[in-house]
Amino acid sequence: MRTYHQLTDPDRSGLAEQIGAQRRRVAERLAAVSRIVAVMSGKGGVGKSYVTAHLARALGRAGRRVGVLDADLNGPTIPGLLQTSEAVELPATGLDGVRCVSMGLMLGDGAPLTFKGPSAESFVWRGAMEASALRELLGDVEWGKLDFLLLDLPPGMQRYVELCDILGNPPAVLTVTIPTPESRDAVRRAMRVAFDRGSELIGIVENMVGREFVGTAADDLAKEFTIRVLARIPWHPTPDNWSTLGSQL
Amino acid sequence: MKFLCVECDQQMSFDERQLPGDGTLAATFKCPKCGRVVAMLTNPMETQLVSSLGVEIGGRTVPAEPLEMVRTNVVTGGPAWTSDAQERLGRVPSFVRGMVKKIYADYARERGITEITPAIMDTARAELGLEGM
Repeated sequence: MRTYHQLTDPDRSGLAEQIGAQRRRVAERLAAVSRIVAVMSGKGGVGKSYVTAHLARALGRAGRRVGVLDADLNGPTIPGLLQTSEAVELPATGLDGVRCVSMGLMLGDGAPLTFKGPSAESFVWRGAMEASALRELLGDVEWGKLDFLLLDLPPGMQRYVELCDILGNPPAVLTVTIPTPESRDAVRRAMRVAFDRGSELIGIVENMVGREFVGTAADDLAKEFTIRVLARIPWHPTPDNWSTLGSQL
Repeated sequence: MKFLCVECDQQMSFDERQLPGDGTLAATFKCPKCGRVVAMLTNPMETQLVSSLGVEIGGRTVPAEPLEMVRTNVVTGGPAWTSDAQERLGRVPSFVRGMVKKIYADYARERGITEITPAIMDTARAELGLEGM
């Protein structure tokens, strides 16, 4: 009996072609974006969304065209940070002219992200569904011409890996950490994945500096990956903190 | 996924797709040589897995609409409960009420039902074997 690869007749379903068309759609849509930057960290609670939103606003104030994709589909916070709680159409426009797309703009108040489908063994398909949603938010939204598209990633590495597959090329990465050794160790793993995937590591932002959190995470990681610490953000940052960071992208 | 007519050693061609509306999918494939037809039947989980990739078995006849997957698959709010249905749910003992509510909500969500009525609850009970809830 012949095997799969020995059957060479055209497949009318053309699933591979359909996947290829999806990727082309994303590439065509994002062709007008000068720079895509993933804001990530292997650690939760370090302030990725906070950094993303304020960095985007600083870039907007500096006259740059900026978009933010809230890639944290299950815990979207960008609409609140950019004050874009309601959107008639996507992308919504938030503070300082930042364009924003988030699952938070589509879900009811406090509603979790839920997909239609069989609830039993939903783990089998839910990850693929989230990746498809991410692909559509990237490729189906009319972002327009942008100088920067910032991607606010959830903790962990899964969304970053999905993004690499969807984009075709690994995005540049801005890493956020807090000073503690626990954060350093978690962030290191994430940076290693990004490095191995070929992402440009732009630099490190050390957040929540100067009070309870003690350590040298940013310096340790900068030395290990031979990159710069772009900013140390205090507990009560000023607009200057963000504009200084924005000027380095 | 490809289908081979072993007898003829021929790759079978996609013939037809049916979506009965219960989450399952039926796709038929035909041998171009002997004409034999086979049907591939998928359960709701298998159908959902393919659907979650944003692709269509048998190929697309029209291009995907913008945000098609998000708009058709993301639940933007739970199903609504009519006052009669809420009253009936209120008669369920409190220690199992949450679980029972979830069962009905899942039943509605999986079938694209946007409003739960006593009639829907009756149907769900019969289908799911939940007599007494």
